[in-house]
Amino acid sequence: MATELLMPALSPTMTEGKLAKWLRSVGDNVKAGDVVAEIETDKATMEVEAPDEGEILQILVPEGTENVLVNAPIALIGSNHEGIETASAVKNAPLPKATQAPKNPTITEAKPVRVATPKSPEDWGETAEITVREALRDAMALEMRRDPDVFLIGEEVAQYQGAYKVSQGLLEEFGEKRVVDTPITEHGFTGLAVGAAMAGLRPIVEFMTFNFAMQALDQVVNSAAKTLYMSGGQMGCPIVFRGPNGPAARVAAQHSQCFASWYAHCPGLRVVAPWSAADAKGLLRAAIRDPNPVIFLENEILYGHKHPCPIHEDFVLPIGKAKVERVGADVTVVAFSMMVDTALKAAEVLQERGISVEVINLRTIRPLDVETIVNSVQKTNRLVSVEEGWPFAGIGAEIVAQITEHAFDWLDAPPTRVTGLDVPMPYAANLEKLALPQEEWVVEAVTKLF
Amino acid sequence: MAARDVKPARNASNKVKKSTSTAAMTRDELFAAYEKMLLIRRFEEKAGQLYGMGLIGGFCHLYIGQEAVVTGMQFAIQPGDQVITSYRDHGHMLACGMDPTGVMAELTGRSGGYSHGKGGSMHMFSKEKGFYGGHGIVGAQVSLGTGLAFANHYRGNDRVCLTYFGEGASNQGQVFESFNLAALLKLPVVYVIENNRYGMGTSVERASASRDLSRNGAPWQIPGMQVDGMDVMAVKAAGAEAVAHCRGGNGPFLLEMKTYRYRGHSMSDPAKYRTREEVQKMRSEHDCIDLARTELEVRGVTDERLRSIDDAVKKRIQEAADFAQTSPEPDESELWTDILVEN
Repeated sequence: MATELLMPALSPTMTEGKLAKWLRSVGDNVKAGDVVAEIETDKATMEVEAPDEGEILQILVPEGTENVLVNAPIALIGSNHEGIETASAVKNAPLPKATQAPKNPTITEAKPVRVATPKSPEDWGETAEITVREALRDAMALEMRRDPDVFLIGEEVAQYQGAYKVSQGLLEEFGEKRVVDTPITEHGFTGLAVGAAMAGLRPIVEFMTFNFAMQALDQVVNSAAKTLYMSGGQMGCPIVFRGPNGPAARVAAQHSQCFASWYAHCPGLRVVAPWSAADAKGLLRAAIRDPNPVIFLENEILYGHKHPCPIHEDFVLPIGKAKVERVGADVTVVAFSMMVDTALKAAEVLQERGISVEVINLRTIRPLDVETIVNSVQKTNRLVSVEEGWPFAGIGAEIVAQITEHAFDWLDAPPTRVTGLDVPMPYAANLEKLALPQEEWVVEAVTKLF
Repeated sequence: MAARDVKPARNASNKVKKSTSTAAMTRDELFAAYEKMLLIRRFEEKAGQLYGMGLIGGFCHLYIGQEAVVTGMQFAIQPGDQVITSYRDHGHMLACGMDPTGVMAELTGRSGGYSHGKGGSMHMFSKEKGFYGGHGIVGAQVSLGTGLAFANHYRGNDRVCLTYFGEGASNQGQVFESFNLAALLKLPVVYVIENNRYGMGTSVERASASRDLSRNGAPWQIPGMQVDGMDVMAVKAAGAEAVAHCRGGNGPFLLEMKTYRYRGHSMSDPAKYRTREEVQKMRSEHDCIDLARTELEVRGVTDERLRSIDDAVKKRIQEAADFAQTSPEPDESELWTDILVEN
């Protein structure tokens, strides 16, 4: 019996990858552990080893194929005489396509649910489907072409093409002067970038994840955020700190944490959290142009999600403006980043139960677009905030306080929060799922308000 | 610029030498340096008095004793070069040419201060004079200064950044991270360790296992030099060599200035960690201003000329102190300005 060689998953969030190269050919005999192919994932190029001894009977996915799903068969290995039949049996099997549902249940599907989407106030015309990852890269490339003072600095941003491949192609276009690899020294290179911004350059600092930015928190808060004030307006710090924030999948407590509330606490910082590809592109361009320090909180799981994004070359979104992603009448659900997906899915379920949900995508955490939330609550009279971060002094706490202060008389029920549980992130799959807001939680929280 | 052609004396060998050059300054230069050191000394003495009168609040870290370091280094750089330091920064600002009235008014928290009263003793800036602060977190300015040098490197100009820090800060992790980055990227930064022997009340021997701080850049092949930081001429000579090294595109340079602070760490200092005799000995035998004055006399500057400078400096400081007391407090509206640049 032939053994199927499957496309391996090499990172917790990987759903697909590229089969870059076959190192062995049909007819070659391999031993278990022999490297037979190279694949490229969203993070790295990795080697695929033969799981068993035998002859390579058939290669099912030719090299160069993109979007090969995790766990899809890519070759057959077996003994010569018994493999032929099996091979022919799978010959006509369709090539795996990226549009198939990922097998990993913790991964959210890329397709956003859109019902009665309001027309954006800034209609930028034609769109193209791109991933959030591409949107971020395009935003950086566009701004780097526009302004020679803009440069990217961080760990693995240049030769490696980004730990999450966000900076793919930038080194080739802009060279090592403007795409700067650093050693693993967050404190040092963040301080260096802040100093460069004080000298008038416009650095984009990529943190491999925001978990590691804690090492550099002093430079972000004490140096970047406060200098304008301490200098009486003489010296500012135009800089963007960006990278994945919040839980990814199965990476445990030290690598799964939302920092939105930490940074949003500080005057002198702007805090942005995009959800869609359009958010990512439009807001990152705005962040790079902003004369202030901007914390740009991305999400690893969203990187591979595709959305329509305006192709207009001047496309940019304003910092400080939320977006009503779905118009509704009965309850306002406020979310940001990954949780916009969850909120939209919950809205679908609730719609079937006769509850019309308005979903607000915050886009910017600080300054918070209180006006958009208040306007919505004045219409719906109910509020639920959804975030992955911890509850205590979280973004939801702030939103609830703002609404209580500014729209108390319009409320028909106590404003409530759906948050990640107040625990360090566990590793076990079942426990992790229990710790993070699910769409059922939102459905339940909304239902309780009626 | 001429300095571009100067070959570094020590080609990344990290061989430590003691700089003792006294021929580094012309008589006019030494005279100007004397005047600058005196200005800093009198300024700090006045600041101490105003603190005692309750006119200056919070932290106030005086530079008395260390004046030769910033003064000598200032003679080694040129307009456009940058200076950044920690919170013991009054001397650096005056050395850079910032107006003593604006600095003193900031100490008293008045609207006429460099930061409109919003920064205080530890936080003043003047891009015009190349002074980038004034930073209150020990060691933070070392990474920031490395970043100023990065900007020079990025822009391809020949500017150099002087990054000052104390021997106390020299043990901070980000200092070593910065050394590594500066050496990797060949950044034009002169790291100036002002070793005044005590980080607050902890002597360098009790804080640092490194016995020769000028070698602290050795793992990254950053050349270093120990300098008599009480001798303004030796400082200038060493500074000129370090700056030429950086301007020549050879990467960072490390100077350890052996200096001494006569006053406490800040105004509230128990003075229990060193003897009165130790301080007195430094003051009487190694004072940078006395040393410069003696040299000027040797070089034929009259006592009368020196005294006229003393009087002019005193007058200037008195004017600064008067301004600092009469300048109004900042308007309450200042509370809400300069948090973000509005775009």
